[in-house]
Amino acid sequence: MDTTPPPPTIDLAAILRDTQVQEVLDGLDRELVGLAPVKRRIREIAAFLVVTRARQSLGIEAQAPSLHMSFTGNPGTGKTTVAMRMAEMLHRLGYVRKGHVVSVTRDDLVGQYIGHTAPKTKEVLKKAMGGVLFIDEAYYLYRPENERDYGQEAIEILLQVMENHRDDLVVILAGYRDRMATFFQSNPGMSSRIAHHIEFPDYTPDELLAITRSMVAHQNYHLDDEAMATMREYIAHRITQPHFANARSMRNALDRARLRQANRLFEAAMIGATTDAEALKTITAADIRASRVFTQGNATEDQ
Amino acid sequence: MMTNPQQRITQGQFSFLPPLTDAQITAQIEFALRQGWAVSVEYTDDPHPRNTYWEMYGNPMFDLKDPAGILMEINACRRTFPQHYIRVMAFDSSRGWETPRMSYLVNRPDKEPGFRTVRMETEGRSIRYTTERLRSGD
Repeated sequence: MDTTPPPPTIDLAAILRDTQVQEVLDGLDRELVGLAPVKRRIREIAAFLVVTRARQSLGIEAQAPSLHMSFTGNPGTGKTTVAMRMAEMLHRLGYVRKGHVVSVTRDDLVGQYIGHTAPKTKEVLKKAMGGVLFIDEAYYLYRPENERDYGQEAIEILLQVMENHRDDLVVILAGYRDRMATFFQSNPGMSSRIAHHIEFPDYTPDELLAITRSMVAHQNYHLDDEAMATMREYIAHRITQPHFANARSMRNALDRARLRQANRLFEAAMIGATTDAEALKTITAADIRASRVFTQGNATEDQ
Repeated sequence: MMTNPQQRITQGQFSFLPPLTDAQITAQIEFALRQGWAVSVEYTDDPHPRNTYWEMYGNPMFDLKDPAGILMEINACRRTFPQHYIRVMAFDSSRGWETPRMSYLVNRPDKEPGFRTVRMETEGRSIRYTTERLRSGD
């Protein structure tokens, strides 16, 4: 080409606008409490993908970026929820065609006898194509204590598909941080194929309270002021106890409080009290106070 | 059989057309998946019109969202049986249909000998006809 056209320009804001990614990012900010480092990383990834998209449209970038990720963090820190949002974002940016999430664990991938694993893993992979494959507790795939474990076979198939079908599906591995670290150490091939390692921090007590508040509102319940104070106390206790699962523990606590509330209303009705809409909606301090978390030092209420 | 200028076996959809490209196959599968049909891959070395049941290459694929997985199976089947007939079927499980709704060939052997008609004289002056498969050497 002799006549050089003016250097083409590209409007990044337009890509952002057209794909409506901003909406997903805003939704993430609005609906998820805390998780500041995670949100920052996702913004970075979004920016990177928009720029890659622009580069591709100008012909500078030929290769599709590797998008496989690992989400590490304690239970109940929002890994699955974020994976859903991530799938939606990737879908809007055109990096996955359908944007659905297939959530699996070891049992869905690994077979029980020789020759069972490969078809099983492939079936799951086929279902996940065009979307995101979310492997929860991925470290269970690798069992070093048993050298004949079929998990290794699943990992190999997974690696192959992660490499060859990069534009067909995105794999997200999730699990506890230390166990995932061991998993990646013993499977360097897996580690090197994962572009984004995202760490999910634990929630602070204030964030947990905010989460509880939004859950309560979501279920059309309402905590009175005293109950709120008790909840704060409950969280302080619960955090120190074993099997604490962040937001999931809060949800379980809330479910049990609802149970006690229902029981309280029922018993009151049996002795002739009338129940109004406000009573049906309100969870009182007593409903929360009755939890074993307060009475037992080492209660393991939600296992 | 119908007049067939290409001397190729015509079975299922699209069989009078030139072979489908992968992109075209993908588009057809996309259509089937959108209808909620389960797609499966089958192969045979005996394409006799009365041979309804071909060998299944893996299980029918339920709950798939995207054609990429099926195309992967098709290509795996082509690699395993390059000189077989391979067809893609889409099964509609909805009540009242419960039958394949699509079926088309995606692979043929290089040489397709085809069939011939064989006459057999039987009782009296009646004649019976049968379709006989030609072997590559014939």
